[in-house]
Amino acid sequence: MRKPLLILGAAALLAVTACAPIEPWVKPYEREHLADPIMSIGGDPVSSSYLDHVFEVREGARGATGGAGGGCGCS
Amino acid sequence: MITTTKALRTLLVAAFLAAPALAVAPAGPAPKFQLVSMAGKPVNLDQFKGQVVMLNFWASWCGPCRAEMPILEKLHAKYKPMGFTMIGVNVEPDSAEAAKWLKATPVTFPILFDTKSEVSKLYSVQSMPSTVIIDRKGNLRWLHRGYKPGDENEYLNQIRALVRE
Amino acid sequence: MHVLRRFAVLALLALGANGARAAVLAEDRADLMYHRYQGGGITVDGPSVLVRKKFGESLAATANYYIDNITSASIDVVVSGASRYAERREQKSLALEYLRGKTTYSASYTNSKENDYRADTYSLSVSQDMFGDLTTVSFGYAQGLDKIGSSVDPTFADEIERRNYRLGVTQVLTRDLLASFNFETVTEQGYLQNPYRFMRFLNAGGTYSRGPEIFPRTRTSNAGSLMLKYYLPWRAAVQGQYRFYTDTWGINAHTGSLEYTHPLWNRWVFSGSYRYYTQTGATFWSDLFPRDGYQNFMARDKENSPLATHTIGIGASYEFPVEWAGSWLQKGSANLRVNHMMVDYSRFRDLRDFPPGTATPGTEPLYALDANFLTFYVSFFF
Repeated sequence: MRKPLLILGAAALLAVTACAPIEPWVKPYEREHLADPIMSIGGDPVSSSYLDHVFEVREGARGATGGAGGGCGCS
Repeated sequence: MITTTKALRTLLVAAFLAAPALAVAPAGPAPKFQLVSMAGKPVNLDQFKGQVVMLNFWASWCGPCRAEMPILEKLHAKYKPMGFTMIGVNVEPDSAEAAKWLKATPVTFPILFDTKSEVSKLYSVQSMPSTVIIDRKGNLRWLHRGYKPGDENEYLNQIRALVRE
Repeated sequence: MHVLRRFAVLALLALGANGARAAVLAEDRADLMYHRYQGGGITVDGPSVLVRKKFGESLAATANYYIDNITSASIDVVVSGASRYAERREQKSLALEYLRGKTTYSASYTNSKENDYRADTYSLSVSQDMFGDLTTVSFGYAQGLDKIGSSVDPTFADEIERRNYRLGVTQVLTRDLLASFNFETVTEQGYLQNPYRFMRFLNAGGTYSRGPEIFPRTRTSNAGSLMLKYYLPWRAAVQGQYRFYTDTWGINAHTGSLEYTHPLWNRWVFSGSYRYYTQTGATFWSDLFPRDGYQNFMARDKENSPLATHTIGIGASYEFPVEWAGSWLQKGSANLRVNHMMVDYSRFRDLRDFPPGTATPGTEPLYALDANFLTFYVSFFF
């Protein structure tokens, strides 16, 4: 059960990354709003990690607070 | 024994190691277009036939684009006497920010405003910035996706070769 | 665990396979922050300094030095009969990033030290941009070892071994909408309780007595969150986030938050946020056990009790002019963020006026916590 699942998963991942049958629907020259600093996710590293820390100390839950990506998509 | 994991691993390592190319050599004539320049005049690509043209797609909100501009200005100044021209195509629907940036950092080469993204679509712009080099006959010769410090060395070599034609 | 590890390795390789075009590493920066938390008899403040530098176009290093200066006369300190204490926690971390094509590999080490607790954490992650940079997929793994002591009992020494597995997908949905999905599993084993807390039980005389907490020595948690960020036409941003959490101790938690960001007057950005958090308590939690030895595991610490938190925050950022620095400084900003947090405990009672031996236990008022915390920092971008 595990082996075929593993192969399927890896093949899907490779297919997804290597081929691109779906065309990106937001073109690189249409990313003006996404490149705006107010649209950044995560915020400044010093303050976002502090905020996560305060809540983690006072509450029982932890994890799944992160995120990276979006932005200008420039090279 | 070749296990599935081993085979997969080999395949993926091979794909991983395949050297990526940042400059590609397209072929065929450069698509024709007409856009309005910063001075308000219509500019047609045909006007530059006989010259080597470097078309740079840029936006004021794009960091690498802004970093590249002083280098493009230097290339334009250096090779213009040899029959070369740099053309900046600004891709923003609203040109206000670009005009503001150009006022602070002026350039001497023509800047055209592709506010309807027609030329971006015509040239299938896939990254910001994108640079296309067109030869004297009007054919596409080089395409650069993105800009990293050091790319200007490739630009120099390619322009030098094309102006000699 | 074996399967997960193998899959992670193959996933790492698969992600690196599409190295057609380049992405960029974030810019060089230095941040100097002052943080302060005050509430429930506790004051924690201190600096946090972060420096980030790129070496060429493919390598970057980030170093952070963080201090918590703690003075505590919290409900837990007062009720245990201890006097107000002062302590200092020092945290240092170093992270490295390597960019190849559209893949970023990161590794980091963090060390945290205080007089009765030491934690070392190592983490690795891979992040890949794909689909014309519309999608970013990331995998992360972290491993930590905590060494625990007790200032009350010098013979006490124990550890926690921790592993975190993270998966994140960020997707550009439209020119104005971003979505981010994050999933994280944490497994821990070792001494998972607080050596300074106690549980209480009803005794024969109808009053209460204290006893030691007994926690399980393992804990596995799963959390999944979805975030959406939308660009509003008048140049503002609104972000909503929901997280669901569940663990093997029976704690289920929901977190919902909303944040609005609004730039004004060319150099200012203002923001306002509201966060709601609610959790069920651990299955082995009780404010008052019917008798000693009632069940195998018994806890009374308020952090694992049923509670709800409301937090409101406001922030202001000012991008100051940098012409005076010439080409050395690209951008600079001064930022202030103030938060007010209210915690309502639905079962945890306030025993400060009701020491052991007090009649009618279980009727004491419920505890509630109000706290304020702020961050003030200056960022320089080079």
